[in-house]
Amino acid sequence: MKTIYGLYTDPDSAQQAVNDLRHGGVPDRSIVVITSQPYEEYEFSHRYKPTWIFWIAAAGGVLGLLAGLGLALVTETSWPIVVGGMPIVAWWPNIIIMFEMTMMGAILATVVALFITAELPATQSRVYDPEVSDGKIMVAVEEPQDPSYVERTLVNAGGKMG
Amino acid sequence: MDLKTEQKINADLLRPLRQTSIGFYALVGFLGTIVLAGAGAWFYQMWNGLAVAGIKFPIYWAFYITNFVFWIGISHAGTLISAILRLVNATWRRPVTRCAEVITVFSLMIGAMFPIIHLGRPWLAWYLIPIPNERGLWPNLRSPLAWDFFAISTYLTGSMLFLLLPMIPDFALMRDQMTGWRRRVYSALALGWQGTTKQWHRLEAAMQVMAIAIVPVAISVHTIVSFDFSMSPVPMWHSTVFGPYFVAGAIFSGIAALIVAMAILRKALHLEEYLHPVHFQNLGKLLLLMSLLWGYFTFVERLTTWYGNEPAEMAVFWETQTGSYAPLFWTMVFCNFLLPFPILAIKKLRTITGCVIASSTIVVGMWLERFLIVVPSLATKHLPYTWSSYRPQPVEIMITIATFAGMVLLYTLFSKAVPIISIWELKVGGHGRALPMTAEEDEKQGALWRVRP
Repeated sequence: MKTIYGLYTDPDSAQQAVNDLRHGGVPDRSIVVITSQPYEEYEFSHRYKPTWIFWIAAAGGVLGLLAGLGLALVTETSWPIVVGGMPIVAWWPNIIIMFEMTMMGAILATVVALFITAELPATQSRVYDPEVSDGKIMVAVEEPQDPSYVERTLVNAGGKMG
Repeated sequence: MDLKTEQKINADLLRPLRQTSIGFYALVGFLGTIVLAGAGAWFYQMWNGLAVAGIKFPIYWAFYITNFVFWIGISHAGTLISAILRLVNATWRRPVTRCAEVITVFSLMIGAMFPIIHLGRPWLAWYLIPIPNERGLWPNLRSPLAWDFFAISTYLTGSMLFLLLPMIPDFALMRDQMTGWRRRVYSALALGWQGTTKQWHRLEAAMQVMAIAIVPVAISVHTIVSFDFSMSPVPMWHSTVFGPYFVAGAIFSGIAALIVAMAILRKALHLEEYLHPVHFQNLGKLLLLMSLLWGYFTFVERLTTWYGNEPAEMAVFWETQTGSYAPLFWTMVFCNFLLPFPILAIKKLRTITGCVIASSTIVVGMWLERFLIVVPSLATKHLPYTWSSYRPQPVEIMITIATFAGMVLLYTLFSKAVPIISIWELKVGGHGRALPMTAEEDEKQGALWRVRP
């Protein structure tokens, strides 16, 4: 995949580059911004915000709850000994098992959702420049239709071509 | 934040990973020797049986269970505090969170070892896991000990992930900054992290969900540890106050341990520019609050027992107030309340040194508190002819010392492998601009997903 990118020393220039690329007709899906930290206060970082992670976590919690319920019921009925005068299926203590399993389900689902949606671990090499870790901001355009325009725009916004 | 500042942060926080002094090897050697001695003591106990420990009728729970409760309590330093500070958007938390979260993971590991050490035959520990064993016997899920297994497993899993997820961007940074074999290791750990907008959003969203989930789990963990005691009709154990009392005590001891750890890291790794007096002062204020809360719970517990005047409970009560355990009880009150209160309440005294002095005494005081919950009740239980005393044996003392050394050793090794301050989170804290979100945008995203610099 052909990619052209510029490196910026400050987020204002990176934002300018993104704006200029958009004005030039480069579609948002082709523009990739890579930073060493989240820049929530800049518009370029507002894309991809809506996420299903909360609902996936909730679904994981429900699965955990059902697993906890099933485990408690199967365990208690598989070996039905009366302990301390409690019923065989004792709901008060079972609530503890169900709660812990619910939270475990929610936590694991969150992590799985993160890895899937953030595409981690990466299975193929992607556009990147180690200078990003020194604080530079990369604005890249994947599969540019007009490479010379993209290059010019990135340089005009103050970028160093990578 | 300009590039020079960012590079300086990288250099400062990666320096401990790049440079290794003789002192580091000496410390690791010293602590490793103590840990080995502890392992030797445990092996000696396994070989000769639990009789070599001071555990005997009627005091079957002593040093090991004290240590179990203590270390699980210390674990509340990290993930819980970090999650709460993240949820309430305390910006000063940024340099503190990783230092704290590491304490949680290691102290949970150490704490969870003690029931296994206490078993005497640790190779049977898997009987506690709810899987069918060869006798067809399943664990009794109505037992608080089984609840412990579920609570600690969930908290340990959650805490490890809560620690590891924000480390991925720092692993990517180290991948770029390191050379040789370390570059290969960090490259694998970074999982191909780039730092795209999408990845940052997903990470932040996941951390928010984890923070929401981990708070009730942390509270449940120490409540369930308290159930190990309060579910039994043992004098001064069978109390409804034990749940919140244990949770408050856990957070109290956890913050104290965190302050001590931060002070040592600040000095040893030269992090004065990142761990400021204000961090200690803010944690000191939290510690003051917890000290008052601890004092309140202790008073409530004692007053209720005294007012009830139930003979079996009063035997334990007087044993700790004026009897053989009184010196430990009053030392605990001094360490947890009388000394820390003025130090933390008076602004002039709430310096780094003051906070460290208060925190060190609190760590000692909270260990004593755990001991005083466990032992006197068993030693003075119901029937006077069973009353006995407890004297810790060298095996127990050695194992206890080794766990403290083990904690410091794990912390030292961790700070050698990973920046002890989250680099990217620290940098986010340096952003000056306010969020320029429109009301419509804000509505659309929902407050849950918003990163608040």
